Amino acid sequence: MHTYPAWRLWLVAVVMAAALLLALPNVFGDAPALHLSRDDRAAFTDQTQAAVTSILEQKGIPVDAAWLEGDRLVMRFDDVSQQLQARDAINAAAPREYLIALSQAPRMPGWMRALGLNPMSLGLDLRGGVYFLYEVDVAGAVKQLIAAMERDYRTLLRNERIPFTGVAPAGADGVKIELRSGADVPRVTAALRKLDPLITLEEDRLGEGGSVTVRLTPDQIKQRQDFAIQQNITTLRNRVDELGVTEPIVARQGVDRITVQLPGVQDPNEALRVLGATATLEFRLVDDQNDAAEAERLGRAPLGSRLYKSRQGSPVLLKREMIVSGEQLVDASSGFSEGQPAVFVKLDARGAAEMLDTTRENLGRPMAVVFIEKKRVAESDPCNGVRSGTECTEEEVISIATIRGVFGSNFQVTGLLAGEARELALLLRAGSLAAPLYIVEQRTVGPSLGQDNVTRGFQALMIGLAGMFIFLSIYYRRFGVVACVVLFMNMVLLTALMSMLQATLSLPGIAGIVLTVGMAADANVLIYERIREELRNGMSPHAAINAGFDKAFSAIADSNITTLIAGIVLFTFGTGPVRGFAVTLCLGILTSMFTAILGSRALIHVIWGRQRKLEALPI
Amino acid sequence: MEFFKKRTNFRFMPLRMRWYAISGVLIVASLLMVGIRGLNLGIDFTGGVVLELSFPQAADLDKVRGALAAAGHEDAMVQSFGTANEVLVRLLPKEGEDTAAVGQDVLESLKSYEPGVQLRRTEVVGAQIGKELGEQGALAALFAFLMILAYVAIRFQWKLAIGSIVAALHDPILVLGFFAATQMPFDLATLAAILAVVGYSLNDTVVVFDRIRERFVMSRKGTPTEIIDLAINDTLSRTLMTSVTTLIAVFSLLLFAGDTLAGFATALAIGVFVGTYSSIFVASSIALDLKLSARDLMPAQREKGAVDDMP
Repeated sequence: MHTYPAWRLWLVAVVMAAALLLALPNVFGDAPALHLSRDDRAAFTDQTQAAVTSILEQKGIPVDAAWLEGDRLVMRFDDVSQQLQARDAINAAAPREYLIALSQAPRMPGWMRALGLNPMSLGLDLRGGVYFLYEVDVAGAVKQLIAAMERDYRTLLRNERIPFTGVAPAGADGVKIELRSGADVPRVTAALRKLDPLITLEEDRLGEGGSVTVRLTPDQIKQRQDFAIQQNITTLRNRVDELGVTEPIVARQGVDRITVQLPGVQDPNEALRVLGATATLEFRLVDDQNDAAEAERLGRAPLGSRLYKSRQGSPVLLKREMIVSGEQLVDASSGFSEGQPAVFVKLDARGAAEMLDTTRENLGRPMAVVFIEKKRVAESDPCNGVRSGTECTEEEVISIATIRGVFGSNFQVTGLLAGEARELALLLRAGSLAAPLYIVEQRTVGPSLGQDNVTRGFQALMIGLAGMFIFLSIYYRRFGVVACVVLFMNMVLLTALMSMLQATLSLPGIAGIVLTVGMAADANVLIYERIREELRNGMSPHAAINAGFDKAFSAIADSNITTLIAGIVLFTFGTGPVRGFAVTLCLGILTSMFTAILGSRALIHVIWGRQRKLEALPI
Repeated sequence: MEFFKKRTNFRFMPLRMRWYAISGVLIVASLLMVGIRGLNLGIDFTGGVVLELSFPQAADLDKVRGALAAAGHEDAMVQSFGTANEVLVRLLPKEGEDTAAVGQDVLESLKSYEPGVQLRRTEVVGAQIGKELGEQGALAALFAFLMILAYVAIRFQWKLAIGSIVAALHDPILVLGFFAATQMPFDLATLAAILAVVGYSLNDTVVVFDRIRERFVMSRKGTPTEIIDLAINDTLSRTLMTSVTTLIAVFSLLLFAGDTLAGFATALAIGVFVGTYSSIFVASSIALDLKLSARDLMPAQREKGAVDDMP
């Protein structure tokens, strides 16, 4: 008889019981579901939930389960046809009230959800979806800043009445102001300092003239770049929300990249269109002194004006000076105004002030709204505007209206079709992108492939496990069966850990699990071989068990730690599939050490340890 | 059941020149293969576009190529993938082309040939990203080696650390050689598998070293050659047993997990074989030739006069 501390038995029992509970949600699988959020972005309440359920009750569509998750309502159905019927029914009964996303929800019973248990989250390669990696043009963001500085300085010099010969970018990080007289340099520096006390200035006096160069500090540049990325992330998040995807991921990666993962989205192009299109508005005064048709015939606009096309294709002359641009837009929403589709626009304080001044001075004159859309197009696709590479910029005058009253921050734009008003509001609300984005990596996995990957991966896992169980049971007899139980415990523990950490399981992750199972057997092998050896050396069974576990420990620890180091390095440096593999490998090593060292010893102790007389071990 | 009914007593170390020769030839051959034929790098590393398409019936690859050539993709590589209905199309990146749009373009041009074609998977990787992924992978491998070297050196001894690192370098080189020789596609998942092979091989080696240390500390007689041979024999059935269990897992991946993991599983399978070989034959030989002796592995002697822990 050999002794084994009782607390270790309890530890194993408690850990395994907890693991079983945590791993349990994975058994039930997923069912088709709808994720509903309200179009006005308010949270779902019991009342709105009742409204939705009553729609489905009237149509006789059975809902398997429904619950609130954050701001959203989740409804689970038995099959896909019910799910689609339900979506159509809700859309028909309450058009535009809800954003509905088709998705999957775990089939586990309600009490598990109430306990906060969750199944493992599956990666895009297992459930289908789209992955984008964007690169933000941070240099472009800095250029924009420099252009803004240039504009500000011109205004400043004009207001201060300092004569200058030019204001132009100096290198990638500065603006140079050329002055007519060198004597003005101190005045200019003083004025600039007043504008921003932190700037770096370079003065230069050459003969009669002089110049002042404003340089951005590295800190300012970095700040600007971070801001550009942050703004892009926010914008992408808003747009992803508009797509109605469940569990999307939008995150910064490295210095200038953003990853976007959209599980369940099947058409990457639809996603790209919504994510990639930028729309903005400009408000300009109409140049009614000159003839637009004449300008079109000549092919050039008079000084201070630009030639545009209206939606109907007729030429329009607008003032070059813009009143307000999309950047000053705070909010936009769509609706109806006097029976016409309209976009209700709200401006920030600066924009409102400009608008107020302009409308006051130009009462009764026409003002135009220019709609500018930038989108990606394939080479074969038409572009009714300016094409630069694959980017197509289309400018269009969507409405010309006479200024009938003085207004500031709130007003409306009409002259759109109903669908367009909605889309414009959406795009405007999502905001214009601060710095250009480029897609550098894109991966799409269709839902059928995802399902295949799950099936195949699971099959490989089961067959691998079965093969190993058979082999271990033959090779180590009853101890082999114990090893099988231990390997199973390892699987349960690993599943529990992955579910608890909500680590994403990918196909390489399944490969990692299969591999860890193979390697987890190793710890048992080390112990059993050692027990056999000690038995051969003539030790008694109990002593051999003790010696086997004790002596195998250092080998198990050392070998697992080396593999763990490799796994952690893979996790740290890896991306995508490498990372998915590393997660399960690392967690698998930890769980296998626990189960092989503590778990299997506890089992062996319970089975054979209490027998006073043990003639031989079934090993 | 047991692999060996009796205690084995193979003499591995005296024949180590032979093992060196075998390994040397294989390593040189592998390096030559990688140098001359190169690896068939996947788009993860080269950048480009991969589309996996599923046709309603068996796809005629020549017609698919024709349809793609008509759309201006003469250089497209088209091959069947898994079943005859599934086709993999691969395009290399072109200078100044928007790769994201290319995927859509390819699908459109194939729809004209077969309207029922379905997109199962697309991957678009920019050339720059490909380069970075490759660099990151190499960096990861380098770091893994350094960290493991440090761990083995601290835990065991530097002569054993050198032996384990030589063995751990030996294995991925042979796997790379195999991939160069067969021109099987080499992607990120394969790279992950190779790093896993490094981990596996070390795992095996460390177990042998653990026994070598134990043997050296326990026994006062015997030359280092004899002691190392004893230790390898001690662990032989465990080494084989673990290879078998791991191979069962790896082969079930290879046979049942589908083509996406084929490269990954192949790399692992080869790696398990060479890893087992290197930990039995190579790692200890190196340590022996570095004149490993009992003194290297004795626990550090306590200085006289140092206060013992209170009982």
